[in-house]
Amino acid sequence: MSGALLSVQDAVVDLPTPRGNLRAVDHVDLSVGAGRTLGIVGESGCGKTMLSRAILQLLPKKAKLSGRVMFDGQDLPQLSPEKLRKLRGQSLAVVFQDPMTSLNPVLTIGTQLIETIQEHLELDLAEARKRSIELLAAVGIPAPEQRLAQYPHQLSGGMRQRVAIAIALSCEPKLLIADEPTTALDVTIQAQILDLLAREQQRRHMAMIIITHDLGVVAGRTDEVAVMYAGRVVERAPTPALFKQMRMPYTEALLAALPKLDAAPHTPLPAISGRPPDPTRPLKGCSFAPRCRYAAGRCNTEKPALSAAETPEHVYACFHPIETRARVEA
Amino acid sequence: MATLELSLDEQAAEPARRKRRLGLLFWFAMGWMVLVFAVAILADVLPLPSPTDMDMLEKRAPFSAEHWLGTDGFGRDELSRLVHGARISLIVGLFAPVIGLTIGGALGMLAGYFRGRFESIVVGSMDVLLAFPPLILALAVTAYLGQSIFHLTCILGVLGIPAFMRVARAATLTLARREFVIAAQALGATHARILLRELLPNVLLPLLAFFLLAVAVTIVVEGALSFLGLGVPPPISSWGSMIGEGRESLDVAPRLAFIPAIAMFLTVLSFNLIGDTLRALTDPRQGAL
Amino acid sequence: MMQQLAMQQMASEPLLKVENLVVEYAVGGRTVHAVSDVSLDIARGETLGLVGESGCGKSTLGRAVLQLRQAVSGKVLFDGHDLTAMHGDALRRMRRRVQLIFQDPIASLNPRRRIGDIVAEPLVISGVKDPDKRRQAVHDVLAAVGLDPALVVNRLPHEFSGGQCQRICIARALVLNPDFVICDEPVSALDVSIRAQILNLLEEMKARYGLTLLFIAHDLAVVKAVSDRVAVMYLGRLCEVGPSEQLFATPAHPYTALLLEAIPVPDPDVRPTESVAVGEPPSPIAPPSGCRFRTRCPRADARCAAEVPELRTVAPGQSAACHHPLI
Repeated sequence: MSGALLSVQDAVVDLPTPRGNLRAVDHVDLSVGAGRTLGIVGESGCGKTMLSRAILQLLPKKAKLSGRVMFDGQDLPQLSPEKLRKLRGQSLAVVFQDPMTSLNPVLTIGTQLIETIQEHLELDLAEARKRSIELLAAVGIPAPEQRLAQYPHQLSGGMRQRVAIAIALSCEPKLLIADEPTTALDVTIQAQILDLLAREQQRRHMAMIIITHDLGVVAGRTDEVAVMYAGRVVERAPTPALFKQMRMPYTEALLAALPKLDAAPHTPLPAISGRPPDPTRPLKGCSFAPRCRYAAGRCNTEKPALSAAETPEHVYACFHPIETRARVEA
Repeated sequence: MATLELSLDEQAAEPARRKRRLGLLFWFAMGWMVLVFAVAILADVLPLPSPTDMDMLEKRAPFSAEHWLGTDGFGRDELSRLVHGARISLIVGLFAPVIGLTIGGALGMLAGYFRGRFESIVVGSMDVLLAFPPLILALAVTAYLGQSIFHLTCILGVLGIPAFMRVARAATLTLARREFVIAAQALGATHARILLRELLPNVLLPLLAFFLLAVAVTIVVEGALSFLGLGVPPPISSWGSMIGEGRESLDVAPRLAFIPAIAMFLTVLSFNLIGDTLRALTDPRQGAL
Repeated sequence: MMQQLAMQQMASEPLLKVENLVVEYAVGGRTVHAVSDVSLDIARGETLGLVGESGCGKSTLGRAVLQLRQAVSGKVLFDGHDLTAMHGDALRRMRRRVQLIFQDPIASLNPRRRIGDIVAEPLVISGVKDPDKRRQAVHDVLAAVGLDPALVVNRLPHEFSGGQCQRICIARALVLNPDFVICDEPVSALDVSIRAQILNLLEEMKARYGLTLLFIAHDLAVVKAVSDRVAVMYLGRLCEVGPSEQLFATPAHPYTALLLEAIPVPDPDVRPTESVAVGEPPSPIAPPSGCRFRTRCPRADARCAAEVPELRTVAPGQSAACHHPLI
């Protein structure tokens, strides 16, 4: 995959904790082509956020990363802090879950936006200001000129997230990482923000990684999906292929556990029993085995490697993959 | 039942409390604390000369087998005065914050829980108390009621109330909004029960941490007041008054001021160190992921 | 015969009846119109889902039912008793029949008390003196919610995951055998796989303890999974009430339709439509005149600004507060 804009190769992130070593990301391989959208789906603690931090080189100080993170032909962990900083501003941008904490509460929207633009694009104040107003208008903020003088707390959650997106887009990044961008927002606002992200991504032809716990969010808006569980990518496939035929029992169980709008009320949900394993005590076999209804034999003793389904793009880590659609209904 | 969670038994196997390394410094602080408390309690039993017996022939005597730390300007045994001084410093240093803790803590919790006009009154009156110059208060009380350990403790205790009130109120304000308090209200618990069972255990910890800090500060303030002659009445010794008396002979016998100063320094430092360690140890979420 | 009639009367009489409830409170000198003129009925054994976006007043309504928030006007009739008129001991006794489950299960447990004490607390408050009786009740209810009592009672809340804490909260709510439980976003803070467990558990507990539920959530799919009827709230007012399936199949209020449309569907074949939602909810400090949804509604006209729409029956069992309903 030489054409990829970002490729993560065999990434491992270890975090020392008082309870022992915590392997947050466990041998992950991923790649995103220019202008493509990758969805990373998983529950809390599955390592999806740590993976995004590893890509951004924003891991906690005590965390240890091994493996390669190739972005635009450069291995990020090898870059000097100064080069990294420049890169993060110009071609790698991020939008976090909570815009209240990612925006500085004591600076106006204008200051934050104009400073970012000035620093990375070397524009003068008037031009940077003009661009800021354009950007705010582009992300759907009414009366952008007046907003420049406002502080984050004067805006609603949805508006703040729009501002955060405007700041992220300000330097025309090649890759935008959106880490749970809509989790803190209401449904109707969530739809607006997802639309906005999709629209800007198309227009700017940038690559995007959407990190979320919601399979519904990735279904209609990504080219490829990676499902993570206990630090590993357990299934990765082009989005249509994944939803057409899931191979990994975890993906299937996750989808089945979602309440469906078209189901009758009081239909019992096929819940996944138990809970994810303690990440400081890795299991010998498949991490999902204790909760998996297909688990048998070597599932508990051996870690399944990623293997390809009918197409090489669709890979899964399971000894007993789901073969036919019929089993989903069963 | 499919919903049973499996991993509990696995947790049960794990030792509930892991040993935490406390560090050498903590144990030094603990050792000094035990020593100070022990000599303060046993001051009358220890084979020491009387702290008030003057020996005019042995003024400012150096260290000797008879007087381990020498004698002061009136020929009184320095070690004995130091030990009896520890008693005063500890009594005042512990009891004054207890006054602040009980009154300030109770007022703060009530203010933070009930809010409204009661809170305004409490906060307002505390602001007035804070604005009152402490030295003037001390002067006024000693002038009208006379110098005594009891009065000194009360003055320092009252001066500590606003700070304890603030700590308790801040903690209560955040806790009272938490769901477990609302849950108790929803269960039909009385205000008294909510205050005592739900809030107090959670407010007590920040209060106790602050208490240790207040002990340290009070010992220093008591020293300062005694140094100025507003503290314990002579001839009773306290570390502050010893430093004050030692000041007159700084040029000939600097040890007379420095020995009580070092004792005070070590004690205050120990209180702070122990306070910090206890605070870190008792956080229930420590080490939880 | 007479007795039978009386029984029937009892059964048809709603367990909870909210009449014209208004809740307002001051924030920084300005009035927040959190709940404005809301009327609701919940029948015995029914689950009523209450949906709306954040700030629509759904949680305030739940708390006002329990008198944790003072109502400005209106009545809350629980089993025939007006809770708004009750005070002190009488109210406390009544509250024991109504329990509350919160969104953040970890914050709803006192971090310094052991699980056994937390779950026994309702019993202590309601005056169960015998410690053996209390222990037995705690044991039973913990086992019922799928936890092993022997392993759990002596632990502190931080030793448990979010899903387990929510089980403990449910156990605490059920230990007194209440008639009515208000679930305020009970699964929003939980992961998908845990969410299904808790939803199933609530359904199981409802059947086992014969509960009536008010289920507050922002997620329509979650609400539909457990509710017999659904009420939709927007900015302090009720937009629409109806049987779940009917309401989801044929929404009458444009806001309900908008909510349904905004849900991301986990199916790549369903291309998300460019959302029709315009703007964001206005502040409950200065709600729009007339219909509160009109600023975002594609069907709004002059009448919507001038006149507050009343809740009207649009189909059997379904009523909507809209001048231009979709059906």
